[in-house]
Amino acid sequence: MIQRLRFLLNLSRAHGIARRYFFTNGYDGALTILGLIVAFYTTGDVPTHTAISACLGAAIALCISGLTSAYISESEERKKELAELERALVTDLGDSEFGKASQWVPVWISLVNGLAPFLVSLFIIAPLWMDQIGIALPFPPLESAIGFALLAIFFLGLFLGKTSGSFWLWSGLRALLIAVVTCLIIFALKL
Amino acid sequence: MAKVKRIVLDVLKPHQPSVLEFAKAIADQGTRCNVKITVEEVDEKTESVTLVMEGENVPFDAVVDTINNLGGSLHSIDGVEVEGPDASPDQK
Repeated sequence: MIQRLRFLLNLSRAHGIARRYFFTNGYDGALTILGLIVAFYTTGDVPTHTAISACLGAAIALCISGLTSAYISESEERKKELAELERALVTDLGDSEFGKASQWVPVWISLVNGLAPFLVSLFIIAPLWMDQIGIALPFPPLESAIGFALLAIFFLGLFLGKTSGSFWLWSGLRALLIAVVTCLIIFALKL
Repeated sequence: MAKVKRIVLDVLKPHQPSVLEFAKAIADQGTRCNVKITVEEVDEKTESVTLVMEGENVPFDAVVDTINNLGGSLHSIDGVEVEGPDASPDQK
């Protein structure tokens, strides 16, 4: 199954696209949830269950947005590419591996695009869940969630650095710096 | 029954899968068959190749199915080598 998926991704050269979507939307999700949590922190006295509901709502919306937008755009793009290839080869590729790739690759890419922000968001709000069910944390839940968000963003930067072949630590630190600047802007505006 | 020993095909294929993957997929169709592919011309989206397959019994239909499945299109059969059956006892 995995080998077959790899073959179809290779055939349609979609590896790079899935990787890009994973970083872009994962980063979007992490920064959105970080923004929400920092805003809750600056507001003060926000009950944990309210913060969880708001973050979960944003995570679900990001997931659905990622799933649908990537599926619509990728399936149209694949159809166009298939039609161009059919014209060049003067043949019908509907039953070939290219036809199957044009059906399955958009599904895979949309899953990556939708699940990346959702899973990253779940990771970030994990300290809030833990606090809710009574697990003791070394720091208050909102501060812990901010720490988890910065960690997730740093690792997303590392992932991008590793896959692009550039210096991974610099790539991670750059992503982290952007997240810190975002926090500072929200703090400065006292949202 | 006659056995196909060698076929020479003119095939138009997309750039992906590569010639190496294409040759491997076709070689997998037969047992102890040699596959040789020469790229004759490269265009923006396609490449024309000459495919030569040799073996004890070249599975022609399976080869054509594999070519079509991988997005290729068989333009022409440029050569064949076929061996007839051994003489039956009556003929001897």
